[in-house]
Amino acid sequence: MSDTTIDTTTPRASTLQQARLPRWAPLGLAVAAVAAGVGIGTAAGMGNPFQMGLIAALLFVVLSYAVTAAVEGGRQAKNQLATSLVWLCFLIAVVPLLSLIWETVNRGKTVLDGYFLSHSMDGVQTILPGGGAYHAILGTLEQVGIATLIAAPIGLLTAIYLVEYGRGRLAKVVTFFVDVMTGIPSIVAGLFILSFWIIILGFGYSGFAGAMALAILMMPIVVRSTEEMLKLVPDELREASLALGVPKWRTILKVVLPTSIGGITTGVMLAVARIAGESAPIVLLVFGSQAINPSPFEGAQSSLPYYIYEQWQLGNEASFDRAWAAALVLIAFVMILNLVARGIARWKAPKTGR
Amino acid sequence: MKTDIEPTSTSAGSPPQVSARSTGRAGDKIFLGLSRGSGIALLVIMAAIAGFLAYRASIAISKDEANFLTAFEWSTGSTPMRFGIAVLAYGTVVSSIIAMVIAVPIAVGIALFISHYAPRRLATPVAYVIDLLAAVPSIVYGLWGALFLVPHLTPLYTWMDKYLGWTGVLSYQGGAARSLFTVGILLAIMILPIVTSVSREVFRQVPKMHEEAALALGATRWEVVRMSVLPFGRSGIISASMLGLGRALGETMAVATVLSPSYLINVSLLDPGGGTFAQNIASHFKEANDNGRDALIASGLVLFVITLLVNGAARMIIARRKEYSGTAA
Repeated sequence: MSDTTIDTTTPRASTLQQARLPRWAPLGLAVAAVAAGVGIGTAAGMGNPFQMGLIAALLFVVLSYAVTAAVEGGRQAKNQLATSLVWLCFLIAVVPLLSLIWETVNRGKTVLDGYFLSHSMDGVQTILPGGGAYHAILGTLEQVGIATLIAAPIGLLTAIYLVEYGRGRLAKVVTFFVDVMTGIPSIVAGLFILSFWIIILGFGYSGFAGAMALAILMMPIVVRSTEEMLKLVPDELREASLALGVPKWRTILKVVLPTSIGGITTGVMLAVARIAGESAPIVLLVFGSQAINPSPFEGAQSSLPYYIYEQWQLGNEASFDRAWAAALVLIAFVMILNLVARGIARWKAPKTGR
Repeated sequence: MKTDIEPTSTSAGSPPQVSARSTGRAGDKIFLGLSRGSGIALLVIMAAIAGFLAYRASIAISKDEANFLTAFEWSTGSTPMRFGIAVLAYGTVVSSIIAMVIAVPIAVGIALFISHYAPRRLATPVAYVIDLLAAVPSIVYGLWGALFLVPHLTPLYTWMDKYLGWTGVLSYQGGAARSLFTVGILLAIMILPIVTSVSREVFRQVPKMHEEAALALGATRWEVVRMSVLPFGRSGIISASMLGLGRALGETMAVATVLSPSYLINVSLLDPGGGTFAQNIASHFKEANDNGRDALIASGLVLFVITLLVNGAARMIIARRKEYSGTAA
């Protein structure tokens, strides 16, 4: 049907080119759909902007398909449909993230202040406002620090083995199990330390027990990222060093590692950010505490994720406020680690020329 | 192997060639030993996880008066323990399936958006935002889910009950929407990043020639995606989904915060009730006695085996694909 319109009414269009919608058409349709969505929403008495958005999105998908089908034909309409669905997917993914960050910042900032950051919950009545998360922040820093001290060297050396030495079956098996280990649920790592360290060896609940479980979760992440970075180091550098008679281990220490240190640091920091938010092993192994316990080796501690869970379980407005505030602190900590790590990656990217 | 090496002079200096070479060799042996040792340590840890969990689990199961696989109860406080994983297995599988059904199409869409649809200036920030979604701790998702998502889902569930309630599966009796379906939605949000990033990597590897050939034949962008990108990326999408499934199966705190658990299987997915392996462990750990802890470990072992199988299968698919594309390139 479009052929006839081209032939008769528009003399400037050649027969080689199909009829096209103007370039502003998608934008115009989007505006129309949003307006219609809001209109229908208010008419039906829905106060929820999310529902209106959903109506607008559906309208846009249908409208753009229909209009394109009428003007440009079936194939182009299908293309338009796929494009709008893909854009819709993207928008759908952004909504929860924005909502989550908005909620956390909005509700967390009400009680987040210097007092909150410098006091514990010791002796605070849980249904009243007040108290803080200092004990939890301290616990998180200690547990994550110990976990990093355990996991980073093992992970680093394993990655060096896989990249620099690994040939044959052992390397293949290690590679496979590192991959599988990445998928271990955090609660299972916690149960393992529980059965081994607390039930069988008879140690008590402590920050150290939690740190060991976190280390298990951290190791495969460090191995994976370090491996990637070591592989980026050009072989020419290794060969040049070996050709000068430098032994292999010194080549690795003096040439390979310095070249890739930026990427490795990034990987370790991302791994730290990842385990800092783990709460399941902490519930099983660290057990939680209201007071400040500076020793990770003796007695129960708290940690930020655990603190959030605990305050949520108390189930009153004051504790919800504290939970949101702690969530804000935790998210800020994790995001800052992420940003700094990526900054380092960009700043110290290996100059490979690839 | 480290012990049989004599201590070597660490000073490098500039001694004759021969001694320098021997220093290097000893250092090499130590270094190789250390790094291989770490690799082996990782394997030992994996074996130890399986071993210790199986050991404690066998103790618990031998004391179990009910059928471990089919019983609908979890009473471990009194001496004749009666517990079974039927409800937990059901809840874990159902919530994960819901999560997959929601997350995989959206994640593939986002991956396509980043790799083929977004303007280049938008693609990098979007990929970054999706990565940030992965960085949010699960307990924060739980808090958000319980205090924001649950109240906001109630009207949706009422609406679904009105039009789809006759199915039985989607009927809703009111009350807080702390059900398996809500858990599924939350899990979908949480596994979105990993499915997206793995699929994106695969889509990026699609040979440019395939796409250009399709374009040269006059294909629209959707036809390019359908004819060259999706067939090439199919196995990648499958393994990405399975990695996401592994995450969803083992998610603990977000589920424990959102779900209102029970040891009954509800026909309706929208009504509160049910439970998952990980959630059950986290919720019952504090009140469990020694026997109860072993019972929880037994259920954890089941979870461990399931996630091991799922992740192993996903990795095998990826590995096979890698070899395939390696020879083709």
